[in-house]
Amino acid sequence: MTGEAVLEAIDVVKELGSGAGKITALKGVSLALMPGELTLLMGPSGSGKTTLLSILGCIMTPTSGMIRVTGHDTEGLPAEKLAAIRREHIGFIFQSYNLFPTLSALENVRIALDVRGDKGFKAAARAEECLREVGLGHRLKNHPANLSGGEQQRVAVARAIATSPSVILADEPTAALDTENGQQVMALLSRIAKEQNRSVLVVTHDPRTLPFADRTVYIEDGQIVRETRRPEGLDAPEITDLSKRRKAHG
Amino acid sequence: MILTLAFRNLFHDRIRLVVTLVGILFSIVLVAVQLGLYLGSSRMITANIDHTQADLWITTFGAKSFEDGGMLLKPGERHQALATPGVDKVVPLVVSFAEWRKPSGGSTRVVVVGTDPEDEGLVPWALKHGTWAEVKSPDGVAIDKSYFRDLDVTGIGDTAQVAAGRIRVKALTEGVRSFTQSPYVYTTLARARHLLAQKSDATSFYLVKLKPGADIEHVRADLKSRLESAEVLTQKEFRDRSLRTWLFKTGAGVALIGGALLGLLVGTVIVAQTLYSSTKDHLNEFATLRALGSSSGYIHKVILGQAGLSAVIGYALGMIIALGVVFASRDTPLPLVMTPWLAVVLFAVTVFMCAISAMSAIMKVTKIDPAMVFNR
Ligand SMILES: Nc1ncnc2c1ncn2[C@@H]1O[C@H](COP(=O)(O)OP(=O)(O)OP(=O)(O)O)[C@@H](O)[C@H]1O
Ligand SMILES: [Mg+2]
Repeated sequence: MTGEAVLEAIDVVKELGSGAGKITALKGVSLALMPGELTLLMGPSGSGKTTLLSILGCIMTPTSGMIRVTGHDTEGLPAEKLAAIRREHIGFIFQSYNLFPTLSALENVRIALDVRGDKGFKAAARAEECLREVGLGHRLKNHPANLSGGEQQRVAVARAIATSPSVILADEPTAALDTENGQQVMALLSRIAKEQNRSVLVVTHDPRTLPFADRTVYIEDGQIVRETRRPEGLDAPEITDLSKRRKAHG
Repeated sequence: MILTLAFRNLFHDRIRLVVTLVGILFSIVLVAVQLGLYLGSSRMITANIDHTQADLWITTFGAKSFEDGGMLLKPGERHQALATPGVDKVVPLVVSFAEWRKPSGGSTRVVVVGTDPEDEGLVPWALKHGTWAEVKSPDGVAIDKSYFRDLDVTGIGDTAQVAAGRIRVKALTEGVRSFTQSPYVYTTLARARHLLAQKSDATSFYLVKLKPGADIEHVRADLKSRLESAEVLTQKEFRDRSLRTWLFKTGAGVALIGGALLGLLVGTVIVAQTLYSSTKDHLNEFATLRALGSSSGYIHKVILGQAGLSAVIGYALGMIIALGVVFASRDTPLPLVMTPWLAVVLFAVTVFMCAISAMSAIMKVTKIDPAMVFNR
């Protein structure tokens, strides 16, 4: 572990629905995310993974329990304050990419900066830098419809890292991708955790993502049941530097 | 990026954009036509009053408009007015409906206006052919070119019978039209009285000019107390009264303004509807924006941006059509008027309409739950 937890859930309970359909999706979950680590969150369907991710990401608020972002309690904060926390500290990656279909790759990344008030030339340069980092320097002007699934997800990764968040939360980022593209995205996330000393949490079903994890947390029926850690000295799979590979291929 | 996103959202669905623009266009053109008619009518109604240089008007009691003066004022009133301190000049003006008998038979109603411009009361304007000196020559009158057909004349030199006397067209005005659809026939004071078979001193109005420095309210109160059977109005009061009479007592103004409001309502509903459905289509994107941490203000700005862009484009197109309609109406009995002021008002109205239309869309995104960005 390196340093203090950047994102922490303490004894989080979440009830969803109402009346007869009311269920307790999370039943007292505690989890701390450390910088420089890629954590996998695994569990069966309906176990509460997405619910936990949205609560960690301050998109939903817990019924009880606490969320701390970089040491600050978020309890009782109004929606606008939570939005501010999201844009300052958290990057999101979604299963279905959630890119803006009418914007180019570059613009899709810029918009994450724009909502923070980062505008103009500097923002454009930063967005371009991030796209190069995910190996899409040659696809800046393409719209999502003209990108492959893997490329779209990499645009989403670029969007998530553009604001230099302390935490990146990804919900099934590889579920819609084939093996090769899935591996690429996981390698990218793992590299971001290592090189940029960020905390990355990936919700997944996919056992092929296991080798990239520094730590794997298992959740079942709204409770964390088990946690494993990669043995010291064993590294994540060889990380291909996409931007270099691109160049090498011309 | 806000404008970029607004622009892309707008142009993403062309059909909806067309519907939006047609809605705005319809509104703008309708409002422009209604207000243009209103302005055009107002100008027509007040043109004669606006071209007189009077501080105060002495009218018979209850005279409702320029055409409604009667011939009831007598020299006695003039003398009393002249004796009032602060009064410099009292200029008579004759206005009366009369029958114009067409050379080829049949007749139509006209408004005979008798004035002596030397007295600086009502000075006929827009004389484009012939001069007032020619009007002063025997039987001379001036009429507007646009009424040739109604009056059954073809140009200068033609003759006709007006009320009790013969006249000859000696001069022509252009663009002096009458809201009552009875053409104005301008002639000298003496000839007007003669044509109307009135005494040589009967009058419809006295136009009062004040001495420099005289207090208008003071003089008016003084005049009122001296003239028992007459009213004393400022130029503006008489103007407003004429407008009220023709535009509101007749219901014409209400119809025009009502039409404009209806246009606005329809436009607002159409734009609100398209903006709302556009917002619904892009709801996932707005939820993503919210998840990425945008403030709700940012999202509202995107929607307002869409509304604003629609307004600007719709206004530009609407104005082109409205100006076309104005141009096409220039020779009709009721030409539309477009002024820079009206253009500005129309733009403000468009922006306002689009802003109001954005409300339902904004309410929709305010209720957005960013959690919808996750696949569940
Ligand atoms: N809005 C909701 N109202 C009621 N129940 C809900 C709601 N959203 C989710 N649930 C329930 O909460 C539980 C946890 O859902 P969640 O989406 O967190 O599961 P998950 O682990 O992400 O599943 P998957 O792997 O299928 O994505 C499920 O039983 C689900 O049916
Ligand atoms: Mg899920």
